[in-house]
Amino acid sequence: MLCLLPDMSEPGYTCGEMMKDFNLVVVGIGGQGVLTLANIVAEAAMKEGMDVKTSELHGLAQRGGPIPCHVRFGKKIYSSLVMAGQADLVISLEPLEALRAAYYGSKEKRTVFVFDTWKIIPSSILTQKETYPSIKEIKSSLKKFSSRAVALDASEFVKKNTESVVSTNVYLLGYCVGKKFIKLKKSSIVEGIKKVIPEKYFEMNKRIFELGVGRR
Amino acid sequence: MAGNFLADKGKAILLGNEAIARGALESGIGFASTYPGTPSSEIGDTFAAVAKDAGIYFEYSVNEKVALEAAAGAGMSGVRSMVSFKQFGLNVASDSFFPAVYAGTKAGFVIVVADDPNCWSSGQSEQDGRYYSRMGHIPMLEPSNPQECKEFTKLAFSLSEKFKMPVLIRLTTRVSHTKGIVRFEKIVKGKTKGKFDKNAYRFRNFPPYLMDVHRKLHENLEKLKAISEKTELNLILNKGGKSDMGIITFGASFNYVMDSLDILNLKLPVLKLGMTYPLPEKKIKDFIKDLKTIFVVEELEALIEEKVRELAKDANPQIKINGKDLLPVVGELNVEKVLTALMKITGEKNKIDLKKHLNLFNKLKIPVRKPMLCPGCPHRATFYAAKVAAGHDTVFGGDVGCYILGVFPPLDTQDFVFSMGASEGIVHGIMKVTDQKAIAFLGDSTFFHAGLPGLVNIVYNKSNPLVILLDNRITAMTGHQPNPGMGKTGMGDETKPISIEDAAKGLGVRNVKVINPYNIREMIENIKEFLNKPEASVIVARAECRLLTIRKARKEGRKLPVFEIDPKKCKNCETCLIQLGCPAITRGKGVCRIEKDLCNGCSVCFQICPNQAIRVVK
Repeated sequence: MLCLLPDMSEPGYTCGEMMKDFNLVVVGIGGQGVLTLANIVAEAAMKEGMDVKTSELHGLAQRGGPIPCHVRFGKKIYSSLVMAGQADLVISLEPLEALRAAYYGSKEKRTVFVFDTWKIIPSSILTQKETYPSIKEIKSSLKKFSSRAVALDASEFVKKNTESVVSTNVYLLGYCVGKKFIKLKKSSIVEGIKKVIPEKYFEMNKRIFELGVGRR
Repeated sequence: MAGNFLADKGKAILLGNEAIARGALESGIGFASTYPGTPSSEIGDTFAAVAKDAGIYFEYSVNEKVALEAAAGAGMSGVRSMVSFKQFGLNVASDSFFPAVYAGTKAGFVIVVADDPNCWSSGQSEQDGRYYSRMGHIPMLEPSNPQECKEFTKLAFSLSEKFKMPVLIRLTTRVSHTKGIVRFEKIVKGKTKGKFDKNAYRFRNFPPYLMDVHRKLHENLEKLKAISEKTELNLILNKGGKSDMGIITFGASFNYVMDSLDILNLKLPVLKLGMTYPLPEKKIKDFIKDLKTIFVVEELEALIEEKVRELAKDANPQIKINGKDLLPVVGELNVEKVLTALMKITGEKNKIDLKKHLNLFNKLKIPVRKPMLCPGCPHRATFYAAKVAAGHDTVFGGDVGCYILGVFPPLDTQDFVFSMGASEGIVHGIMKVTDQKAIAFLGDSTFFHAGLPGLVNIVYNKSNPLVILLDNRITAMTGHQPNPGMGKTGMGDETKPISIEDAAKGLGVRNVKVINPYNIREMIENIKEFLNKPEASVIVARAECRLLTIRKARKEGRKLPVFEIDPKKCKNCETCLIQLGCPAITRGKGVCRIEKDLCNGCSVCFQICPNQAIRVVK
């Protein structure tokens, strides 16, 4: 029974010894497409012949709560969880959740944060009068945990320029691919989108992904 | 789920749970049953999606005990079967779990239980399901990743058939909900028709014969131990490396161990256990006999560690045993925890300064974001009405479902939370010894699952609570599975829906009303009236899960109404904001505001606004 080690004889398994694991953390709130984004990346990584693991939470944790989803790919991946300070890239669909994900970033690892500026106010702020930090404050806090933190008006852009309101996730992913923040080929990601997104929405999502790639 | 899930070869990225179902299909399964519960739900959901195409039978049973009994019945009749549930599901099923082990099976019968260390989705206890294997004398397998989920399932079926007894597979959230690459092998078309042998006396659990079976189970354990010694599931990694320290681990913890060793660039021998009951005692003894230190890495209780301590007395009394002295018994493990412990033991340094990192992180002020009921959820309407209608001394009995989120402010309508159906039993007890009024809240699926006996008890033993059945026409929390109130089976076939109100009336409840909870005034009036009745009352608060309404509307190209607040009329009293806790309502500039993108048009805020400041967006 071969269960522990990847089958090295399998075609496509060509990563060199030097290939370092890539750690991606995708965060947001239930319903924002966090899992979909992670699944697209996972499919793309498999397409490129890498081992891949993702970690997700379902059920109680999903209802309006924060959703952290981890994707790790490389030669051989054991744990599906990204360790503190070890993310290469954090994509957040919500500014406050980007701040919560600071846990996964570090200056040493040269983590890149990319987050959507569209806020979803948590009830604690409404009922207990806590304050929601400004985008500027979030960016400056994230500086201590990254080499770069990019705030992107992704939802605004997608709403204004496309017929979709739910494809911010692929737009952000496109942006990260365009900026080479993620070590996967564009063509592999498109394959991933094809595999994960229902057929009738594929063309639209691909288009929004391309808009993200082209975003300066 | 992968589109080519039923392919005979190739590979796909699967959840651990999906891989369990795939393993069952590769083992010739003919019957699968479950009651949904996170983190196990996707096992059943996978069967539901493919059962017809795969030519097997699948059902969402009414509860886990019935699910286990049904799967046992199939196994006793010669059809390979699987039942799956979360940890509390095995508690519910435990009454039949032990006799199922005693009776044994004819065809392979696999029981899958998913524990939830860290209580990510579990509001009852942080229990360690491994004790069931010890109590039941039943072999247990614990995979670490999706590929293993599939392989271990196949082995579980062959073990079960060989020993003519059920086999337990234990998962944890992190194994169930990790996705990874799974290589497919041929799907085996299993039997779906068998025959129950009326002369097979062994299924008749009865004394004194039971003691013979108990003896036989112990004899079986000895044979299973021999298998545990030899199986590839219990394997030693990094064998060649010279080291006076070793690690014993299994399940999700194994992955954290391997990552930690990689970070520290250590090559310590690791005994990875896949068959965790019965344990390979000789293999463990051999593994530890020449070591100076052994580190046992396990989540929750120190079960393996205790066994290692016992075996070390004989094999290597001098050995230093680390485990729960350095790792918590509470919560899930991760690389951070295992790495820190490993550094303490070995004195190795790591280039990542975790302490410094954590200090830096803990300085950040991040407002908490709690899970909450969706915008437009009918439960919010019910809870609001109940709070307005009931006196502040009225006890709110909580139960298990989405509505458990009523535990948080501002709804605050779950004064206690126990287990499925417990709202009724506890409310009955409270009413017998206090002068307080009480409402038990439970959902439609929960009512069928374990609420019927509670209601019988209330009626027969004469207490007078108000039972509000939150009938949202689906099992929502676990991912929208069907339940007996819906008229649809797990395989998508039509069936007769069971009427909740008729069931309540049939049990002798005289005050029964079906009310749409979005009609706030009607709800308030009826709750007030029923709370003053001398005998038990039932309100069926019936409105489908808002997510279903949204989905249907989208499909039909309909738009649900969206509400807005007229800033000229809003006096900023914050009634809507503070009392409903709806995610769509926020604080604007001197007035309240409704986020149009989040509003699902339930109209509750519109109904309760004291200033008539809320209107439909034209």
